[in-house]
Formats: sequence, C-alpha cells, structure tokens
Amino acid sequence: MTAKERRPRSKETIDQYLLSEQQLEEMYETMLLARRLNERMLALNRQGRAPFFIGGTGQEAAQVGAAMSLKRGEDYLVPYYRDLAMNLVFGMSAREAMLNLLAKKDDPHGGGRQMPSHWGVGSRKVVTGGSVVATQLLHAAGIALAAKMSSDPIVVLTCCGEGSTSKGDFHEALNFAQIHRLPVIFYVQNNGYAISESTEKEMPIAHVADRARAYNMHSASVDGMDAIAVYQTVKPAVDQARRGGGPFLIEARCYRLGAHSSDDDDSRYRPKAELEEWTQKDPITLFRRRVETDKVFPPEELDEIEERVTAEVQDAVEWATNQPDPAPEDALGFVYRE
Amino acid sequence: MTEMRMRDALREALREELIRDDRVFLLGEDIGAYGGSYSVTKGLLEEFGEARVRDTPIAESGIVGVGVGAAMAGMRPMVELMTINFSFLAFDQIVNNAAKLHYMSNGQITIPIVIRMASGGGSQLGATHSHSLEGLYAHFPGLKVVCPSSPADGKGLLKQAFRDDNPVIFIEHTANYGLKGEVPEQEDFLIEFGKASILREGRDVTLIGYSGSVHQAVRAADLLAEQEEIDAEVIDLRTLRPLDMDTVIESVKKTNRAVVVEDDWRFGGFAGEIASQIMEKAFDWLDAPVARVCSKDVPMPYNRNLEFAALPSEEDVVEAVLAML
Repeated sequence: MTAKERRPRSKETIDQYLLSEQQLEEMYETMLLARRLNERMLALNRQGRAPFFIGGTGQEAAQVGAAMSLKRGEDYLVPYYRDLAMNLVFGMSAREAMLNLLAKKDDPHGGGRQMPSHWGVGSRKVVTGGSVVATQLLHAAGIALAAKMSSDPIVVLTCCGEGSTSKGDFHEALNFAQIHRLPVIFYVQNNGYAISESTEKEMPIAHVADRARAYNMHSASVDGMDAIAVYQTVKPAVDQARRGGGPFLIEARCYRLGAHSSDDDDSRYRPKAELEEWTQKDPITLFRRRVETDKVFPPEELDEIEERVTAEVQDAVEWATNQPDPAPEDALGFVYRE
Repeated sequence: MTEMRMRDALREALREELIRDDRVFLLGEDIGAYGGSYSVTKGLLEEFGEARVRDTPIAESGIVGVGVGAAMAGMRPMVELMTINFSFLAFDQIVNNAAKLHYMSNGQITIPIVIRMASGGGSQLGATHSHSLEGLYAHFPGLKVVCPSSPADGKGLLKQAFRDDNPVIFIEHTANYGLKGEVPEQEDFLIEFGKASILREGRDVTLIGYSGSVHQAVRAADLLAEQEEIDAEVIDLRTLRPLDMDTVIESVKKTNRAVVVEDDWRFGGFAGEIASQIMEKAFDWLDAPVARVCSKDVPMPYNRNLEFAALPSEEDVVEAVLAML
C-alpha cells in the first residue's frame, strides 16, 4: 500500500502529545527506518560489502524527537556520527543513506571522500565535521555567532555523546556560546558508553546536564528512550533560543543497543544483563505500545508502516549497490577552493 | 607610499578589510581594549565596536573552532593567536578541520578564515613563544601559508588573505613588528600568493629566505659583497603554500649555487623541501650541493647569549656560501 492510499493523517495537535497525528506517524516511521537501515548496514559490513559501519541503534527516539523540533531548511543541524535518524528527519532518503555507507560517487555528503556517517548537505543546513569528538560543537557555536551577527532568526542544534563532554572543545564551546548568548542547542545523547568506557569512568557526575552549571547555562535532562518526551523538552528550548534566550544544554538519557562500531566487540565490556534490561526499554517498542494503547493508530496501520520501511531498505540496498564508485582521478579534487 | 612599521601596516590592512566587507570580523585574546599582544589591532575596537572586534576567552581551540564555524556560515573571520607555539592548542581545529573539511565535504564547505599568529626568535621569549614553524603548517594540503618579511608585503598579503576562500595561516615574525618600510597607500594594493620577490639581484649564489630569515640573508649578501666581492641574489618566498619555485629555479640556473636560510630547525624543516625541489628541477645547473642554514637543534633558550647561539646568523650564511665556492 502506498502513502497516498492510506488514511490521511490529521495535522491537528493531540493534546497530551503536543504533536499532531501526522507528526506522530513521521516519528514512528523515521525511527523504524533508522533502525532497519542500521541493521542492514551492519549486515552489509559483516558480508564484506561495507568497510565500516557506526550506528545509532537505541538512540532513534532521542534523535527523531530532537530533530523534529527544528525548522527544516532553516535551522542548522551539526550532527555526530550516530545521527542517522536525525538526517532522515532532515530529508535524507534510504537510498542516500546507503550511498553514504558504500561511499559512492553520488553520495551527496562527501562523494566517497569521508568516512560514512559524517553527514553534511549544504542545502539542508546539515554540516559535516571530522571524527575527533566534540570539535563540531565549536563549529556550531561559530555558525550561531554568524547567525546572530546577521540577525538571522535560526537555531543551531549540535550533537555529541556523553564521552565528548570530557573534551576541551565541549567546554570551550559552551563557555563561548553562553558568553555571547548564542542560539545553539548542545544536545548530548548519553548512551552510557564512550566506546568501552561506562559513564562512571568518563565523568565524576551523574548527569551531563549538571555540566551546564559551570556556564550558568539553561539545561535539561530527558528520557531519551521516549521520542515524545524528547520533543516536548527540546522544542521549548529551540523556541527560547530562537527568541534570543541563549544556548541550552540538553541531555537525552538513552542507550547504545549496538556495539560502538563494526570494529568493536561489546561483549568484552558490557554486562549481558544490562543489555537485556535496556532492550526492554527499546524506544521503538515503547512508542508503538504507547500510541496503540492511546488508540492513536490502529495496529494494522503500524504494520503497514513496517512493511513499507522494510521494502524501502531493500530497494535502497539494491539500488545503491549498483551506483558507480568515484574514479581514481577524483581523489585529487577539492583540496582548495579555486 | 608612506613609511610605516610592520604592525601599523598590518593594522591598516585589517582596517581596510573591515570597512570593505561587513562579513569580516576579528576574534582573539586581548585584541580589543588591549590592542593585541603586538599592538596590531590597537584602536580597531573603538572604530568598529565589540561585535566585529571580539575578545575571546583564552582557549585557542575554541577561538579557531568558532572561527571555522562562522566561516562555514558565510562570514570572513580573522582569528589572532598570540604565538605559533600556542597554535598547537588549536592544531586539531586547524589541520583536521579547517584544512580538510572542503575536501571531506566534496567541496560543499568552504572555510575562508585568516588565522594570524606570531613566530620567530630573537625577542627573548623562551621555548614556548619563539619557534618558527611556518614549514609545519605548509606541510598540510588545504592550508595556505603566508609569511611576510616587510611592512608592504604584510599589508598586501594580509589584504589578499581576506579575499581567499581557503584557510590562510598568516605568520608574522616577532622581530619584524617594529620594522619600518615604504607601504603603498591605495586600498586595492594586493599581493598575489605564490609570487616570490627578488630583493637583490646577483650572479654568484642564490640566498633563499622567508619571514625573519630574509633579513639574515640580506645582511649576509651585504657582507659577501663588502668583504668577499661575492654577488648574492636574495629571494623572499613570501608564501610557502602556494610556493613559487619557478623564481627560485630560474635564479639557481643563473647562479648555480643556493643557500636556504630559515629560523626553523634543520631536521625535517622546510629548507629540506626547497633543497629537494632544486635538486629535482635544476640538478645539472648546480656547482655545489644546496646548503641549509637553520637554527640549532634545541628548544629556544631564553638568555640572550644562548638564544643568539641557537639562531642562524648572517655570519653562518656567509660561511655556508664560502664553503661552496
């Protein structure tokens, strides 16, 4: 069944959610698409068809709820390498995600020059960065400074994991942003691990959000496994930043259900019981249970979304696999802007 | 033409660029009321206000990273770092981010940022203020590296830096800030990158320098002429990336001898790059191996006697020339 044949969703806000039916559908579909893409990407890596994979399984709610709080095409997103779902919200298709994974010539993010998952498309206001963590937070502050100097009423949302909050660049970015009252949201997805290190080895405080105190900055800590709660937390912060209220530090408490990357074996450091406990809080399962209980969507419609997403991912893999690789001579371009 | 010091010529360039383009703004420690560690930005806060002349926290990575972000978003920031040694705190932002993001984004992102920093010894500032590491930055594709030796070049090259769409590392020698020279006054005075200048013509040997070492080369040429009747040609590279080897090669084909003079360490330094390229492009014209006159292989000491012992001198250059004749 195609989208056109389905019951048109209402744009009217459902009170308890602060979201419309249409937005809730998008939320579910995007989370699910991100999950299925991540699963398939890892499989492609294990089959030897993709040299590297780094995913965001378990962080879909944290990402979709936050990205939907922004004005697409106007606000800037300065993501980190787990933000597949955020990029889907900002307009990336399944086919494009696979072009990026396979580093094909027509990958709009880097044309094969960058590692996968370092997303950036100028027309969407998504800005790529390097792999050194937290460096992009400073770029986000700089973009917000430029916007403020040009009286452009946009907001910049930048992401990192909790591991990044121990980096100097994290602190230098928050410090600068608050001194200059910049319209930037520092959005930390606390997924419990910096590669193999659990949070108590990373920082002497329980909550990333507490770091905001040192900068006299607004902060919030939200259940990152609940997409609706995330939206309800991030949206007011974005609105406040847009009105000139200054930066915001938001911690989304979530969990990395997968390994750090395709080069990692998480069984070496992660207790099995812990993984099982968090699997019970899978953000997609939780979302579906909630909207079903509240009778927002009938189960068969959610099943239809599931079928559509599965077909989309299958098509994307087949299509992207057959796209051309960059030619060897392409390696030499774009060192300088001529 | 007006006679001015290097710091005043640089300030004039910044002033003119701030007036010309409202996307230009300045970021750095103590660049506002203090006027910059070497007085280059003196008076600009009063003239252009706090929005365009921004004092920043002492956080080098932060200053450069914010500048990179602003440049991505269409501004044309200039970042001042106190010295090249301090730029190591921002090394990742410079070499992993500013230098690479145009390439990694497949040309989508451009980073028109000017990063100014002071380098060079001779001012008794010790091992963490005084090194000459122009060649280190020149190693990285994606960066342009500019190192003027005179007030006129300082102004013309700095104005050009703001018109370039790439990150420009603009390196000023501390001993040159007070140097006086004639500077053209017209606002469209620009010096193209990648054009070396011949400061003195000669037949017998080519002396090649940049930034501070140009002055050792010029003084050595004077000594050679006065004491040895040797006629040296002196080339100021002015920019290391892009690098004008054509001018160097043409000169070497005439003089058949070359000495590279630099304040940087000899081991793995930029002089080695110049020497290699001369060998590759003019081997048959050489009457002697290319010589390098560089600083001693030590961290820069503080005491005046020790510091001068570590730095290359004009006498060292003369000695190198005499050894190859």
